[in-house]
Amino acid sequence: MKKPFDLNAPYQPATFAFPDKDVVTEIISRYPEGKQQSAVMPLLDLAQRLMGETGATSNPVFGGWIPRAAMDTIAETLGMPKTKVYEVATFYSMYNLAPVGKFLVQVCATSPCWLCGSDKIRKACESKLGIHAGETTKDGMFTLVEVECLGACVNAPMAQINDDFYEDLTEARTIEIIDALASGKQVPAGPQNGRTGSMALSGATTLTDRVKA
Amino acid sequence: MPKLKINNVEIEVEKGTSILQACEMLGHEVPRFCFHDKLSVPANCRMCLVEVKPGPPKPQASCALACADNMEVFTDTPMVKKARTGVMEMLLINHPLDCPICDQGGECDLQDQAVGYGYDRSRYYENKRAVKDKNFGPLIKTVMNRCIQCTRCVRFADEIAGTAELGMMHRGEESEIDTFTGAPIMTELSGNLIDVCPVGALTSKPYAFQARPWELRKTETIDVMDAVGANIRIDARGNEVMRVLPRLNEDVNEEWIDDRTRFAYDGLKRQRLDRPYVRDAATRRLRPATWDEAFGVVAAKMKASRRDKIAGLVGPLCDAESMMALKDMIGENVECRTEGAKFDASVRAGYIFNSGIAGIEKADAILLVGTNPRWEGAMVNARILKAWRANKRMKIGVIGENHDLTYPTTYIGAGPSSLENLGAFGDVLKNSKNPMMIVGMGAFTRADGVDVHGLCRRVSEQYKMGFNVLHTAASRVAALDMGLTNDDLSIADMDVVYLLGVDDAEAIDQIHHESFVIYQGHHGDIGASRADVILPGAAYTEKDGIYVNTEGRVQFAKQATWPPGEAREDWKILRALSAVLGRPIPYDEVNALRSRIIRAFPNFGHLDVLMPAKWSKFGGEGNVDKAPFVSGVKNFYLTNVITKASLTMAKCSETFLKRHDSQAEAAE
Repeated sequence: MKKPFDLNAPYQPATFAFPDKDVVTEIISRYPEGKQQSAVMPLLDLAQRLMGETGATSNPVFGGWIPRAAMDTIAETLGMPKTKVYEVATFYSMYNLAPVGKFLVQVCATSPCWLCGSDKIRKACESKLGIHAGETTKDGMFTLVEVECLGACVNAPMAQINDDFYEDLTEARTIEIIDALASGKQVPAGPQNGRTGSMALSGATTLTDRVKA
Repeated sequence: MPKLKINNVEIEVEKGTSILQACEMLGHEVPRFCFHDKLSVPANCRMCLVEVKPGPPKPQASCALACADNMEVFTDTPMVKKARTGVMEMLLINHPLDCPICDQGGECDLQDQAVGYGYDRSRYYENKRAVKDKNFGPLIKTVMNRCIQCTRCVRFADEIAGTAELGMMHRGEESEIDTFTGAPIMTELSGNLIDVCPVGALTSKPYAFQARPWELRKTETIDVMDAVGANIRIDARGNEVMRVLPRLNEDVNEEWIDDRTRFAYDGLKRQRLDRPYVRDAATRRLRPATWDEAFGVVAAKMKASRRDKIAGLVGPLCDAESMMALKDMIGENVECRTEGAKFDASVRAGYIFNSGIAGIEKADAILLVGTNPRWEGAMVNARILKAWRANKRMKIGVIGENHDLTYPTTYIGAGPSSLENLGAFGDVLKNSKNPMMIVGMGAFTRADGVDVHGLCRRVSEQYKMGFNVLHTAASRVAALDMGLTNDDLSIADMDVVYLLGVDDAEAIDQIHHESFVIYQGHHGDIGASRADVILPGAAYTEKDGIYVNTEGRVQFAKQATWPPGEAREDWKILRALSAVLGRPIPYDEVNALRSRIIRAFPNFGHLDVLMPAKWSKFGGEGNVDKAPFVSGVKNFYLTNVITKASLTMAKCSETFLKRHDSQAEAAE
């Protein structure tokens, strides 16, 4: 699915500036002389996180996204054509180019998760939130999207909510998590059925001498 | 020098040559979409696959693989054929089957190569993907469904035009070529995107649905929109110019032309003078006349005037033949610098682009004086960008107007005082091996132009810079070579003024209001409206003619169409008029006229060769005024009578320059 974006939408801020210039300088300094343009990806990420911080306290709330002004600022900072920043920002699926909900729920639907019931997880989210995949709730709290493999197949089905993986989901547990997040509670990330990592439910079955479960 | 075998034939090539290029040298055609001689190599279309031994047992992209010793390359084995067929099938999955309504049809790389490598049926039943068309301005029509993502346009915009406004957005099946911001592409070279596009995704908007390539009569000729003398091909159907395309000349325009050259041709059909006119004595209005009547009026006036009260002016689009005929008819009172440029025309080295346009690539420092090469000679600017891209340490200094020239420049100052004192840039010039100076008409179009000319010479001698003048008028160097200059000429004192295609307000405003004015040219513009008699001439596409570009390169332009109505070739008009005057100029056919030119000015005898000019002292020694240099080209899209009559150019001016102005205002 193509990322939604509208560069001339009313929600696009006119300007964007990084509040802490030292962080920007530090990020750029990670790359060797002459290769400063490599900093485009961490800077886009930084911009998205800064927008997320702003969004968490505004009304209605919104999650991290990258405005056009931020891409232009980054292009100017790194001395590269704006188009090249747009190319990077549109290429990677983790950069949001339009405002999203405070919690971005990405339900994996690739084969392993699908075999383990990802359809049910998605439907549970849809009926709980009253939206379809690709939409945002009216209060700006949740955006639901269906994504391809996030690399946690052993713990299928799973969903990523903002930066955290929630694995081994059931419909009931998914709804509990959404309720908890909506009421401002912390939900521990990782497997939701009590196991550690991708270890068997009954505990370690291999390398038992090394692992203290 | 690697030595390898291609299809069992041994070949030794320069180090760094790609296998594709080596195959071409041996005459083996390798199909390709993304590879282009003048652009970087991304190797993303995979059409140029060949079999290479030794190596992994799979086909290799020949465009991105450098030749190495003992390689064995095969271009026509079953493996290669199968691989290319597979690539072609993939490319066609999403390519629409709309060839019958596609403007690229008949000259489409995909069409041609599908004949060689395509299946006769498709194995796919799914819907083809749909991509929204983009707005690239009034010149380029987009049908993005047809795009095969070769990225030639992206690389052209980046590397040749110097405006990285195009990009490959999104990814996978959603990937598409876009400006992302929705703005039209701001470059005066945008028409070349149509040429580099191997399919019908980017086509010409003015040419849309006008003709098929096989209907067109192709004439190889020379462009006159600026003094670069780009090599072009004019495609005509019947007596109508349908389009203008570039022609390869590595020394002049490589294989690009600017948008004015390519798209101003619709101006050739509008505002044309197709019959003689005479101003009626009673009504003071122009009325149609016959040739005899018009010649009669002119001859009566010219016979009644003293010869030293008759002057001839030649405009920017004239061919050498007509200028020579005018000089032979009128005498010494002829002048070509109609826009008011004042410089010393006595030394050839003082008014040509001595280093040559290709010579820019050897420069390691460039000083631009009173010129905006992006608008005054877009191909020269593209060459400077090419040189800068090859040597990023090259410093380019600017004296005059400070424009965005697509490469970084060092702004030194606005006027001659900066030329006298170059500051830190002087050290840059001292430390460089091949510095060059490019002077534009902006430096000379002022009262102290001759002294600025002298100052430029002294500065270029001091820093051992190659001295180059970038003219804006296609006729200028030929006129200077033939001595169509007269520094003592005062136009205001003349009784009769003969305008040969002159539409410069600077010159026409000087004419006394009681003077008798003859306008010979092809477009009704300010020159024709001032005239008492109008003699309809031929435009550059309608006559054979010699042009000399700013380098002093003599080039021959060929006739592609016929002049409209009663209009005639310009030298013939002058020859006929001279007979009516009773002093016939001594040649009856064009080759005799050309022989006359070559006998008097031998450099005209060397076509497409740069004749080195002897360096000697030129220019004035006087003090120069501090006033800043002003570039003569105020609007790239509206410079001469043809572009002013062109609707396409009017649209370009509206779209590109208005937007530019409003952006500049917003920035302030």
